[in-house]
Amino acid sequence: MSGEKELGQLREQNARLQAEVERLKAAVAGPGQQGAQAAAANGAAAPDGAAGSFPAWDGLRHGLSKDQIARYSRQIVLHSFGVQAQARLCRGSVLIVGAGGLGSPAALYLAAAGVGRIGVVDKDSVELSNIHRQIIHRRAPHPPGGLLALGPVGVHKAVSAAEACRALNSSIQVETHLEGLTPANAVHLVRQYDVVVDASDNAPTRYLIRRATLHRVHAVVLCWLHCMRLDACCAVGRPLVSGAAIGTDGQLTVYCHGHDGPCYRCLFPEAPAAGNCARCVDAGVLGVVPGGRAAGVQALEAVKLLSGVGDPLSRRLLVVDCAAGRFHSVKLRAKSANCVACSTHPSITAASVAAYDYAAFTGQAATNDAAPAPLQLIAAEERITPAELQQRLASEPGCVLLDVRPAEQYNVCHLPGAQAALLWPHSGAPSMPPSGGQGGGGGTAGASRPPAHPPLYVVCRRGNDSQRAVARLRELGMAHAVDVVGGMEAWAHEVDPGFPTY
Amino acid sequence: MVRVVLEFSGGVELLFGNQKTVEADIPQNGGQLTVAEAMAWARDNLLTERPELFMKGSSVRPGVLVLVNDTDWELCGELEAAVTDGDRLTFISTLHGG
Repeated sequence: MSGEKELGQLREQNARLQAEVERLKAAVAGPGQQGAQAAAANGAAAPDGAAGSFPAWDGLRHGLSKDQIARYSRQIVLHSFGVQAQARLCRGSVLIVGAGGLGSPAALYLAAAGVGRIGVVDKDSVELSNIHRQIIHRRAPHPPGGLLALGPVGVHKAVSAAEACRALNSSIQVETHLEGLTPANAVHLVRQYDVVVDASDNAPTRYLIRRATLHRVHAVVLCWLHCMRLDACCAVGRPLVSGAAIGTDGQLTVYCHGHDGPCYRCLFPEAPAAGNCARCVDAGVLGVVPGGRAAGVQALEAVKLLSGVGDPLSRRLLVVDCAAGRFHSVKLRAKSANCVACSTHPSITAASVAAYDYAAFTGQAATNDAAPAPLQLIAAEERITPAELQQRLASEPGCVLLDVRPAEQYNVCHLPGAQAALLWPHSGAPSMPPSGGQGGGGGTAGASRPPAHPPLYVVCRRGNDSQRAVARLRELGMAHAVDVVGGMEAWAHEVDPGFPTY
Repeated sequence: MVRVVLEFSGGVELLFGNQKTVEADIPQNGGQLTVAEAMAWARDNLLTERPELFMKGSSVRPGVLVLVNDTDWELCGELEAAVTDGDRLTFISTLHGG
């Protein structure tokens, strides 16, 4: 049985570690044992009878250099932390999955705190819309004097984050993993670190990470496929520091820790349905929330796990409501005896993570802060291109242009005369605003609109929701409703490059 | 009637007219009020849209944590957990990303 084999391996490991402890004890006691305790306490006092020169600084037994002691002195002198905790931190390693809104501030704090080895996993490049919260990305533009406003845009996130960490603390080792976390590499990557920090942006990744965490005390910060990370963490015994922030809310917990810490599958054996997970790209996020609130706590939890100081946030969920200014932690269940990932007889193991279909389990592909794929939901003849729309708006003065984006997006930018339809969140049929409502602004759809069936064009951000709206309008008898392919983003690309995208 | 403080967060509040906290007097059907009954009452009386994002069958949909007085309902009896005067019933949708 694999269980017995595992038990055997653990016994061997235990025996090796005990032998190591004995060896270290002997080394600390020193030759002859006498006076050794005094020597250890003073660090430099020579045993009685020792002749010759006063011994030089020997680094004690914590292994920290003079530079390290100076750099980390403020936490070393902290009564509840101390030099041994710092030494454990300096020997520790963290895998940060995702160098985004959570991962980038967490990486900076962990580098600054002296975590000996940091791995950064990501597969994306920096976009302009990332920088308001992903503050690690600050590489100067090249060539100098070029696209000054763009800064690090286009640089690989893992590379950019690693550069910033090295600049902050050159004494630590920073590794990059540019391909992102995948079922194929998750166990292999997670195994190389003590703790995983999950800073990923979607549900499939979350499960994967958890499998990797169960068997050793390591911290991994993950940002991409949460479930995959979790499964990976469970499978190789690493605690997973999980954090998420959307809008003005944050949530934090540590999974797969200790003997009773649950994993994500213990809480939710069944994955949340596709479409139930909000993402920053759609729902928005206030810049300081992930970094200022959530990532700081993640870095702190990783430090606690590595140093052995404090009570990790296991079996608790810290809920942060930044709008209300409220932090509170709630008590979570213990791990489930029947969990497919972290029980004593898991069906998901280190060997099976690579073949697990996370997209099928969670009903969604692993995408980061990226746009949803364009869909074709209605017949091609019910749709026109942005260029055609431009011609028709010019040639059909009585036409109606219905904009079905949420009010926040409509208020950012809309075409002259576009009527806002309060479709968000997808509550069924679009409800028209009262005349003179948000859709105002003069333009072609004013009071002089012809009475019978003026042409009706529907736009949204990218052309998916508008197709749903057209389908619904046609069901309601408005057979002349026509969709605009690609929505306002396509308008900006194909018709008016000055039109904002976001 | 049982006076219960209902809390919604992590996005669940969007299904309840963007209210994060609601004090409600929930009628009992005979004996003790249970979490299942309080949840069904909230769905029928407070939910403003997309009930499928709140409940699945007679329970909560996967991805939503239910807490009774800040404790995971799994530790207090899940659907059958008793709800009494002054209790806080919290529904938190788990977040992903950042």
